[in-house]
Amino acid sequence: MLKKLRLFAALVAFCAVPAHAELVIDVQGIAQPTPVAVVPFGWEGRTAEMPTDVAEIIEADLLRSGRFEPIGEDKMLQKPTDGADVDFQDWSFVGVEAVVVGKVIQTGENAYTLQFQLFDVFGRRQLVGYRMPASRGTMRGAAHRAADMIYEKLTGIKGVFGTRVAYVTAKQQGQGRLYSLVVSDYDGFNEHVIMESQDPIMSPAWSPDSRQLAYVSFEDDKSSIFVQTLRSGNRFRVSAKPGINGAPSFSPDGRKLVVTLGGVDGNLDIHVLDINSRRTTRLTTHRAIDTEGTWSPDGRWIYFTSDRSGGPQVYRVPATGGTPERVTFEGSYNARPRLSPDGTKLATVFNDRGNFRIAVMDLERKDVLVLSGGRQDESPSFAPNSDILIYATRQGRNGVLESVSADGLIRQKMRSSAGGDVREPVWSPFPRF
Amino acid sequence: MSYFKLFSILALSFLLAGCPGTPPMPDPEPTDTTYGGDAGASTSGTGSDPYGGGQMMDDPFAGNEVENVIYFEFDSSEVRAQDQDIVAGHAAMLNSNPNLRVRLEGHADERGSREYNIGLGERRSQAVRQMLMIQGVSASQIATVSFGEERPVAFGSSESDYSQNRRVEFVYPN
Repeated sequence: MLKKLRLFAALVAFCAVPAHAELVIDVQGIAQPTPVAVVPFGWEGRTAEMPTDVAEIIEADLLRSGRFEPIGEDKMLQKPTDGADVDFQDWSFVGVEAVVVGKVIQTGENAYTLQFQLFDVFGRRQLVGYRMPASRGTMRGAAHRAADMIYEKLTGIKGVFGTRVAYVTAKQQGQGRLYSLVVSDYDGFNEHVIMESQDPIMSPAWSPDSRQLAYVSFEDDKSSIFVQTLRSGNRFRVSAKPGINGAPSFSPDGRKLVVTLGGVDGNLDIHVLDINSRRTTRLTTHRAIDTEGTWSPDGRWIYFTSDRSGGPQVYRVPATGGTPERVTFEGSYNARPRLSPDGTKLATVFNDRGNFRIAVMDLERKDVLVLSGGRQDESPSFAPNSDILIYATRQGRNGVLESVSADGLIRQKMRSSAGGDVREPVWSPFPRF
Repeated sequence: MSYFKLFSILALSFLLAGCPGTPPMPDPEPTDTTYGGDAGASTSGTGSDPYGGGQMMDDPFAGNEVENVIYFEFDSSEVRAQDQDIVAGHAAMLNSNPNLRVRLEGHADERGSREYNIGLGERRSQAVRQMLMIQGVSASQIATVSFGEERPVAFGSSESDYSQNRRVEFVYPN
């Protein structure tokens, strides 16, 4: 039963309309997505229309989550913009379980108040109501934040609509290629190119406060690791040792990076780099390839890829040093480990009968679930709520981004207007307000 | 090694000694555009021949260039038997020109994880570096870099594309 539905999920994933009813599971098993209504928001301002259609953004977020099915405006018997006017009998008749109403009020030339209320139709009560300031520039973000609060109230899972994604694109440019490091909202809007180069850019990694990105750049035909502050665009070269400088990943406290250094002799090992002092501590000394280190969320372990057993498998070593121990045993190829922020799951690039796919292992039960269906899927990265992963897959000759729920049932293609070959998506931590 | 090949390498070394940093060129001497013939570049002269009744001459060194790329089997960093002459050619050139520097650029095919592929590319460039050093080349003349799967020359996803991308390039920086 589950298998059949997974197949169906995979098929639906390639349709234009995201998220379909049959795919969502509840505690018992398979269920319908929850029907909800997001009533068009009211507008009290000096122009004919509000600067951003807030209801449309909230509705798109809920739809894209795969867990909700917002009803069309034509099915609504009333369109209140204030909670006091909600008629529960009407909404009960329409068959929705929750109703969102709200409005945008202009309070100055570029100052607005966004307010919304979420109601439980059967319980006939307000689940959450919130009012927040916004400008034209922050209105989209405020709408995502409202959607996050609604999502969390309805599912018990923190919403990730207010988060961002960083990724690398490569495009043909004249005789060469142009590589770009891009940051956008999770839904692909607000794309910003933060770095461009004719030499490869690799391995972006978010700082825990989501204000900086570490990455590898091959400018001058050698690899270096940079840390760049997003707001200012300032960057520091934090590692440019002889040989390989690669695979940076921040420690949970943001003060260190785990990196891969190769040295003159090209023996890739895991090192910890203190960002302020630039001092490095070597964690592994094996002559095999040791790379792709990543911290466990509690800061105690560093998980990494090593081919010391022959093919690449995931190992872990205490972050303060010690003897590495092997973590993955299922399959001939497990690389690029990433832990879910709740520390319960490990995502890898996994060789699934000759195809490279994204797999997730439950660290307690040890069972492995293959989540993707491509031939060349790579770079899994967990959303900060641990419930969704983003990764790169192939579409023709180009890479595109997809996201999948950690249970494998809900899959989305991500929009990118940047074009070209899109790769190495990394999901930001939760924003700090 | 054939005499032609050896001569080609020596002539090349001579040229390179004069201008370190120049990438190896196939022609040992400057060629006259009318009478010369470059193995790699095809000159098309369909207009009237100003010298009348002339004839193009073959490049005697055609096919004896020092190759600048060698290829590897899947999941292997072993230099293939047929490529060992190429490495030896570069070793001879570097040995007779102590000021010459080479950058060995290792590459992998696109399969699997990107940073792990950086490791595979580096393993290949290191295998070539070791071979050069065994043949007397000084470590200070050699730099290695791995681009993993980031700089493919073939963009498809067939075995033929992959085999063109699993490579080490000898680059003589300017």
